[in-house]
Amino acid sequence: MNENQVDTGRRRFLTVATSAVGGVAVAGVATPFLMSFFPSERAKAAGAPVEVDISKIEPGQKINVEWRGKPVWLLNRTPEQVKNLSKNDDRLVDPKSEVDQQPKYCQNETRSIKPNLLVAVGICTHLGCSPTFRPDLAPADLGPQWLGGFYCPCHGSKFDLAARVFQGVPAPKNLEIPPHKYLSDTRVLIGEDK
Amino acid sequence: MNNKGQTILDWIDERFPLTSTMKAHITEYYAPRNFNFWYFFGSLAMLVLVIQIVTGIFLTMNYKPDGTLNGAGLPVAFASVEYIMRDVAGGWIIRYMHSTGASMFFVVVYLHMFRGLIYGSYKQPRELIWVFGSLIFLCLMAEAFMGYLLPWGQMSFWGAQVIVNLFGSIPVIGPDLSVWIRGDFVVSDATLNRFFALHVIAVPLVLLALVVAHLVALHEVGSNNPDGVEIKKHKDPATGIPLDGIPFHPYYTVKDILGVAVFLVVFSAIVFFMPEMGGFFLEHPNFDPADPLKTPPHIAPVWYFTPFYAILRAIPSFLGTQVWGVLGMGAAVVLIALLPWLDKSPVKSIRYRGPKFKIMLTLFIISFIGLGTLGALPPTASRTLISQIFSVLYFAFFLGMPFYTKNDVGRTPVPERVTDTNGRRQLVFLVLVAVTVIGATLFAKLV
Amino acid sequence: MKTKIRHLLAAAALMLPLAAHAAEEGPALDKAEIDIQDTESLQRGAQVFLNYCLSCHSASMMRYNRLMDIGLSEQQIKDNLLPDGAKIGDQMTVSMTKKDAKLWLDNTPPDLSLTARSRGADWLYTYLRSFYRDPSRPTGWNNLVFDKVAMPHVLWELQGDQVLKTTKDAEGHEVKKLELVKAGTMTKLENGKANTLDYDKRIKDLTNYLVFMGEPAQVTRRQIGYAVLMFLGLLLLPLTYFLKKEYWKDIH
Repeated sequence: MNENQVDTGRRRFLTVATSAVGGVAVAGVATPFLMSFFPSERAKAAGAPVEVDISKIEPGQKINVEWRGKPVWLLNRTPEQVKNLSKNDDRLVDPKSEVDQQPKYCQNETRSIKPNLLVAVGICTHLGCSPTFRPDLAPADLGPQWLGGFYCPCHGSKFDLAARVFQGVPAPKNLEIPPHKYLSDTRVLIGEDK
Repeated sequence: MNNKGQTILDWIDERFPLTSTMKAHITEYYAPRNFNFWYFFGSLAMLVLVIQIVTGIFLTMNYKPDGTLNGAGLPVAFASVEYIMRDVAGGWIIRYMHSTGASMFFVVVYLHMFRGLIYGSYKQPRELIWVFGSLIFLCLMAEAFMGYLLPWGQMSFWGAQVIVNLFGSIPVIGPDLSVWIRGDFVVSDATLNRFFALHVIAVPLVLLALVVAHLVALHEVGSNNPDGVEIKKHKDPATGIPLDGIPFHPYYTVKDILGVAVFLVVFSAIVFFMPEMGGFFLEHPNFDPADPLKTPPHIAPVWYFTPFYAILRAIPSFLGTQVWGVLGMGAAVVLIALLPWLDKSPVKSIRYRGPKFKIMLTLFIISFIGLGTLGALPPTASRTLISQIFSVLYFAFFLGMPFYTKNDVGRTPVPERVTDTNGRRQLVFLVLVAVTVIGATLFAKLV
Repeated sequence: MKTKIRHLLAAAALMLPLAAHAAEEGPALDKAEIDIQDTESLQRGAQVFLNYCLSCHSASMMRYNRLMDIGLSEQQIKDNLLPDGAKIGDQMTVSMTKKDAKLWLDNTPPDLSLTARSRGADWLYTYLRSFYRDPSRPTGWNNLVFDKVAMPHVLWELQGDQVLKTTKDAEGHEVKKLELVKAGTMTKLENGKANTLDYDKRIKDLTNYLVFMGEPAQVTRRQIGYAVLMFLGLLLLPLTYFLKKEYWKDIH
């Protein structure tokens, strides 16, 4: 072995420098692997916004479309149904939609852009079942105060026709309103609002 | 430190041989101080194994081993590879790393085996290391063969069809054996699925176990070196450390890291600038989806199998069966494992061997490369004849060894202590490599 | 020492492609000058591809929105190139079913997503310019590069009509040549002299596009490659070299 003085300072510098550069190399190599976890082009295409023709939805009628694998309801509320919405307010958990379950432009009484058309994700905020549509007034199983809404058969959660959750049911929040916009009077784009 | 003055390391060491293992195998494990260029390839092989496993895991996240056709009329497996190439973020990098890694694995392993050949690293007491290594080589070939079926291109399908049909040439049980291997009457979705399971899980586990065994056996006796000197014969009487030994850490950790850096430059150059390598790493017909009704005009195995494929093709059928070619190809691999017992020379390293060994080794190298070149080309009468000559030379290297190594005297005296490496020898070696490469290229054009 | 290793490995790596050429057979192919960075050429090629090829051939592994890589905006793709009813994220599939293909063409036109990688740019460039009139074929067309091809000459309006002329050379070998006998919209025929420059250029554009479509990531691949090799060669490699040299002073 060499008897000369070992330059520990130089060794430490080179070790640290090489380790640092090596660390950068490892981060660089890791990047494509970590990136591969993000949604692929196929997933993004499948999750693309969905265009819906609303011209044929009769007043009082609800249609379903699929967006990102989830059911989205488009309900054309009658003027009577829109008027009745405020009568539910004192029996609701979040009548003013203060919890963040809707875009800013739907933070209103009707939770919609135009008063008649409700666009809501049909998944119960309790444990994820899809509630049934109950527009009928005061049916026997839902009581005399029922002015129309949605009833979840799994655990009994109830929502009104603006998809707001009633007090005293398992579900904690109003149904989610997805981002959406009107492309024209007859076409709505779900999934995009820019 | 706790109240007993114990550190975390002490706590672990009471329950797990961490510090003692690190000392025994890294910081106080002594390796010969005269390792040269040929000694990089073991650690590089481990690196490539890690690369293949990591890239393989991520490929498996998006690949689908399904031979049925999708809505666009393409096999699902084939389309899933292109899904990785186009739709998965960073997918093309992962794919190219895996395909380049597969070929680089064989480059590294062939050079690693060549080191063993020239320095007699397989000789007593290292026979078991060599046997484990031969088994690793065998598993590697199986792993590569099965992996190549997965993209489900024309070459994947037809290459597998040809090779599995080889088993059909075994007398009596052959045809049934082929059906059993395939799980079907032709290579099909059943074959694809089972090759996927074997390639992703079964063979990698066996490979990892064999690599561990290979290293444990190595550490038991210690490395050989370019002079073939046993460093444990001369130890410092005070410390018990071999006089020509240096601790693996930091000297060989730091040297191997340099080797890794050089390797990564070559590896990256290929991955980013020539991943197809002129059709040798990614074969052009494999960009066509597998079509059981259309045979490609020229079926060739991937480059690393070509020497053995050439031997297979060179041996004609006798007595109505083709099995001799299969046996010959098998023997060509098995003979490698028998080297420790074929070599009767008392001398390990080529530096101190006689002219007979050097001549036979040169002929072996020429034959191996020649066979490899011919294996990639369509057969003709003259090419088959040359393949037969090379095959004879290949077998002669092994089968003649007990005879030509017995009284083959080289440079004497064989040293007891390691010598310093010779710069001029390196230059001669590089010239020989250049000559070999140019020679192989010209040969391929002319033959 | 390490430079010698680099030279060795680089030399070995470079030699292999030369050996591959030894295995080539078939008619002589014209060289296609591919320039993947020429976005205008790629856009012209994309136009030809979408107008002429997609009616029979699918390119089912290529998405329309990937055309943004060749300098087109989403709006431009939607306006000029996207077929009716398709969404920007869709794959370029063809409406003709396999059954119809078998009936109309007696063959399924292959998917073209990867043809540039399996056949090569030179093959495609030569093939698309080598159709000639052949009354013995069901389509009335044959191809010098792909004998008895089932594909008709979809671009005949642009190229015009070629015929096959067979002659014998000095050694008695058969020489096959194609001759333009009727001009198309992109070729000219004056006094028996054919000018095919415009058509050739358009086919070069189309070939260019097919090469891009075969591997859309290739431009990014090379860009990242330069950065990686710079980093490795100028930073990591020198540092590891000096680190090794420093510690090995103990030994030498």
